[in-house]
Amino acid sequence: MNYTQKQKLGTVIKYIILIAVGFIMVYPLIWMVGATFKTNNEIFSNLTPFTAHPTLDGYKNAMNDYGGSINIFKAMFNTYSYVLPKVIFTVISATLTAYGFGRFNFVGRNVLFAALMATLFLPQVVMNVPQFILYNNFGWVDSEIYLPLIIPSLFAFDTYFVFMLIQFLRGIPRELDEAATIDGCNSIQTLIKVICPMLKPAMVSCALFQFMWSSNDYMGPLLYVKTPSNYPAAIFVRLSMDADTGFDWNRVLAVSLISIIPSLVVFFCAQKQFIEGISAGSVKG
Amino acid sequence: MAAKTIDTNQPSKFSKFMRRNYGFLFIIVWLFGFLVFRMYPFLSSLYYSFTDFHLFKGISEYGLMNYKEIFASDKIMSSLGITFSYAFITVPLKLAFALFIAYILNYKIKGVSIFRTAYYIPSILGGSVAIAVLWKALFRDEGLINAVIRAFGGEGINWLAEPDYALFIISLLRVWQFGSAMVLFLAALKGVSQDLYEAATIDGASKATQFFKITVPLITPVVFYNLVTQLCQAFQEFNGPYIITQGGPRGATTLLSLLIYNRAFQDYEMGMASAMAWVLFVIVMVLSLIAFVSQKYWVYYGDEK
Repeated sequence: MNYTQKQKLGTVIKYIILIAVGFIMVYPLIWMVGATFKTNNEIFSNLTPFTAHPTLDGYKNAMNDYGGSINIFKAMFNTYSYVLPKVIFTVISATLTAYGFGRFNFVGRNVLFAALMATLFLPQVVMNVPQFILYNNFGWVDSEIYLPLIIPSLFAFDTYFVFMLIQFLRGIPRELDEAATIDGCNSIQTLIKVICPMLKPAMVSCALFQFMWSSNDYMGPLLYVKTPSNYPAAIFVRLSMDADTGFDWNRVLAVSLISIIPSLVVFFCAQKQFIEGISAGSVKG
Repeated sequence: MAAKTIDTNQPSKFSKFMRRNYGFLFIIVWLFGFLVFRMYPFLSSLYYSFTDFHLFKGISEYGLMNYKEIFASDKIMSSLGITFSYAFITVPLKLAFALFIAYILNYKIKGVSIFRTAYYIPSILGGSVAIAVLWKALFRDEGLINAVIRAFGGEGINWLAEPDYALFIISLLRVWQFGSAMVLFLAALKGVSQDLYEAATIDGASKATQFFKITVPLITPVVFYNLVTQLCQAFQEFNGPYIITQGGPRGATTLLSLLIYNRAFQDYEMGMASAMAWVLFVIVMVLSLIAFVSQKYWVYYGDEK
């Protein structure tokens, strides 16, 4: 076997591996989509996502109310009624903080920056209990407007995003700020008119990741949302699984699938930003 | 251009100080949140851990009793062991997979972006309850995986009911989400200069030698980053075992985070839960510290320093 043949064989093997792994990765999701159109008898006996007798029963039943006060659409409305404010507040507060740390020197900057970095490594598991006690003292638990889930994001609570923006800010030349200052911009005008347009890709990444993570978040609502009519989708999906022990899987999977459709749409519209976003947030190797 | 008024008076010390430090105003919002929502809870939980704080009954006793109970309790100790096994199964598997796939994708292959997207989808959705539900549908006794095994004439295994397998299935849910680690590896691999490989090929080095002697050393900073973040995450895993197995069968997937949750939010024993959380925190810190200290022996930062 000569060199080119060997190379061709190598390429073929690589494609086989990539396709096989890709298949394993994505098949469960495709199967899930198919399963929502099957009857409950067929779901686990038919390994393919296709069915000869498609039915919409799963979806019809997915619309049912749970306990009379909540259904999947109300639950999704609840989810996004705190996810969207959270996304907006996070982007604004994280950008301000990143600008402060990235562009200015002030007394105690290094100590505070170290504190910022340390919170990146502070596991949420230690924080759940004392935060619950704190929010409980504030009277925020089971708040109608999801205060414990939203308010911390006003204060750049998820420091990961601050870190990501600082990393990105480092790549924007300081000469731009200086030029703006010479043209008479104060630092807030510089931020809005010069930095933000340059920082936009990173800000979009922040918004996207915060959107995904907060929509997926289960622990937050589990601790802080107690009234069934306020349940977000994460809690609702879990409840619908518990309610049907074992037989109504097309309904359960339909509910699950409906609940992730917005996330899937956002992901497919903005894949590039996601991929670039992860690379931007990590240490530059 | 705006005309600047020239201040003829000497600026006061205060205004001088303000002018030099006004960047502080931009972080004041973060600082407030940091003190109220992070620092205070963090320190207060250390304090609670030395009390018998009950959410409704308050505090009646101070001391080391929580920590003594933790180290005397077989249940908690075995749960700690399970947490370690979970982390040491999940993290290496996930990173090995991520690096392997990134390595293949790094060859000039057509359709890289399609593969990358396909591999990345589980990472973005994986944390959701919907995917946990799907996992249960796949691995339940009558689930898809067993149906596949039976179709090939094998005998199905009741994955989630067998203590020997359940933890591994929960780990697999996280391993399946190797996408974001993979994207990071891929970015790092792209940064490795092709010249090095060409030189090594001329010197007669095999592909495997090149991988271990050139590729791996040059991407150790990303290996390090992935290792620390994934370890942190693994030790805090909650959703998977909570939703899929509720800690069962027979406690086989009861990670420490589940015990903490039960103690705090079912029994309302906040003091005890805080102590358990602190034990977990110290473990994660020690492991991160080991990683950081060992950096200088295995992480290559090039000439940047």
